Amino acid sequence: MSEADVDVAEIEAPAPAAAEFDPDRPRGVRGTVQVLGARFRGGDLGVAPVVAGLVIIWTVMQILNPIFLSSTNLVNLAIECVPVGIIALGVMFMLLVGQIDLSVGSLSGLSAAVTAVLFVDHGLSPWLAIGGAVVLACLIGWLYAQVFNRLGVPSFVITLAGLLGFLGVQLWMLGAKGSINLPFDSGLVTFAQLQFVPPWLAYALVVAGAAALFAAGYARAAARRRAGLPATSVQALLLRSAVLLLGLGVAVWYLNRDRGVGWMFVLFLGLVLVTHYVLTRTSYGKSLYAVGGNVEAARRAGINVKAIYASAFMLCTTLAAIGGVLAAARLAAANQSSGAGDVNLNAIAAAVIGGTSLFGGRGTAFAALLGIVVIQSISSGLTLLNLDSSFRFMVTGAVLLLAVALDSVARRSRASSGRA
Amino acid sequence: MAAPPLLSLRGISKSFGAVAALSDVDLDVAAGEVVALVGDNGAGKSTLVKVLSGVHPPDAGTITFESAPVGIASPAAAQQLGIATVFQDLALCENLNVIENLFLGREMRALRLDDVTMEVRSRELLRQLSAKIPSVRAPIAALSGGQRQTVAIARSLLGDPKVIILDEPTAALGVAQTAEVLNLIDRLRERGHGVIMISHNMADVTAVADRVVVLRLGRNNGVFDAETVSAEELVAAITGAGDNAVTRRVARRRRAVPEKTVPGAVPERTVREEAARQEGADDE
Repeated sequence: MSEADVDVAEIEAPAPAAAEFDPDRPRGVRGTVQVLGARFRGGDLGVAPVVAGLVIIWTVMQILNPIFLSSTNLVNLAIECVPVGIIALGVMFMLLVGQIDLSVGSLSGLSAAVTAVLFVDHGLSPWLAIGGAVVLACLIGWLYAQVFNRLGVPSFVITLAGLLGFLGVQLWMLGAKGSINLPFDSGLVTFAQLQFVPPWLAYALVVAGAAALFAAGYARAAARRRAGLPATSVQALLLRSAVLLLGLGVAVWYLNRDRGVGWMFVLFLGLVLVTHYVLTRTSYGKSLYAVGGNVEAARRAGINVKAIYASAFMLCTTLAAIGGVLAAARLAAANQSSGAGDVNLNAIAAAVIGGTSLFGGRGTAFAALLGIVVIQSISSGLTLLNLDSSFRFMVTGAVLLLAVALDSVARRSRASSGRA
Repeated sequence: MAAPPLLSLRGISKSFGAVAALSDVDLDVAAGEVVALVGDNGAGKSTLVKVLSGVHPPDAGTITFESAPVGIASPAAAQQLGIATVFQDLALCENLNVIENLFLGREMRALRLDDVTMEVRSRELLRQLSAKIPSVRAPIAALSGGQRQTVAIARSLLGDPKVIILDEPTAALGVAQTAEVLNLIDRLRERGHGVIMISHNMADVTAVADRVVVLRLGRNNGVFDAETVSAEELVAAITGAGDNAVTRRVARRRRAVPEKTVPGAVPERTVREEAARQEGADDE
């Protein structure tokens, strides 16, 4: 559709970029660099703009306040990312199928309230309380999906109604008190505030991760070679794993100079990796992309489109609930402003800044991770400068606009070079 | 045509309310045969395709597939029988690559995709079709119209169908791309598939088809041998008569040439004068 305004001859010349740098050609380190270069020129920027933006933000913040890149601040930054990052991961599922959930903020607040009421007021075990909140959110997602699939109401409107309605339920549940404190010695609060990965385990996880990356890549390349297909060379695989090992190793070392890597952050990383696997290596993931790219084509291919929509709604609300519970645990309280304010917009902005397209069918699990790191970096940097939330809103807004503008320009470039 | 037809329709009728879209239509396709289905807008081509692909079950008539009577109640049933349809809008996902589109909805190993086998099969299939696709990992958005048509046809072949129905496969394609798709149809015939092709383009029809079946107002209006039939005969059958806008136009152009050169032709003025005199006579 976006290529309607492009000269037809340009599309019909079979994609010069693809011909010159055939991604199927056997490639080593140099080949990989060439393929990446061709992709960039074709407007397929991947995560490069976010990473570049992050480098700029960190440089500027560090110049303005030398505490910004200190271990202490980065440890906090990493943990601070998690609640909204998990919510953003859910939003990414919705954006992928070309829909949106505006109620993630309210749902996270409601889940915090439900957890606190069940745990503190009714004396349930914290895990049962969390389970109750998550199941409730999952049901709400199912309800959204029924309204969407059966009545055809746009997701924008359904979730806008949800935003208001569930904010009301949250306020009603918290009642006149308006706030419920979670006991500091509960496992939930210590998990979110005090539990860090022991250094030896952190390093072991880094080594295991790099080794797993290499092993998976090597097995894949071997299988491709056996089948007579071009494959990534061993050097390129080794280089990739070495870069990961070194990068994560340095990061862990730096964070370990202070308190280290929070378990909550490891949980977030785990969710991102599982999501990445689901999106890239399962038929369900392909179905999500297909529904976001062309619903009719997905339906004709035999995909149960309604079930895919329902699953996206439910994953989004469930992840919003988990994020909300973790936010409450971090604060050691659920109150009337849990999930209010900028949570909603930050979650959606994080997914979009990370490179998830608002038009559906385009995005990765790492979008949520990178996007939330950008947003929290801005927030943390401005807080260190003693600038209040007014500046934070303004700067975050500008960055969001920049990210979407960049995405639009990249789309145009993709269209003219014949990439989706 | 000594072999019994692979797919045979007899007396197919289909009405939508008071509108009879198809009445008493017959159609045969043999293995390794390309049958072109032509007709004007509203002639019932699309309805017939929908009957065959299981979208609309027929009201009356019999469908015989491989010498056994069958019913085609749903698109899944059509696929099960071995009847694949490539609709005009192709139904490809532009954001996914060629392999992902080929295997969409029937991926191998749902929980840990076997992308190596899928890639091998994709390449094999496209090679058999001598398709010119820059890369099987290129997103569909990077492909030309003809290449997209090729991918759509290749996808229909994955279910190993016996009959393939192509809805306007050359519409909106350039000259070279049309030739590519016609070559592809030739290869489908060589592989022994029965092909039903809907087209509006008489040149394409005569270039690739073995037989041409004409529908007019929901009824059969002639079956022609594509080798010998002329475009005018087809147009006459499609429009229903020797006297229609197309034949009048052809005749007019033929007449226009001799009128000026042949001496002794009655000048137009004389005719008019004759007519005027006649009128005057009537008045009296």
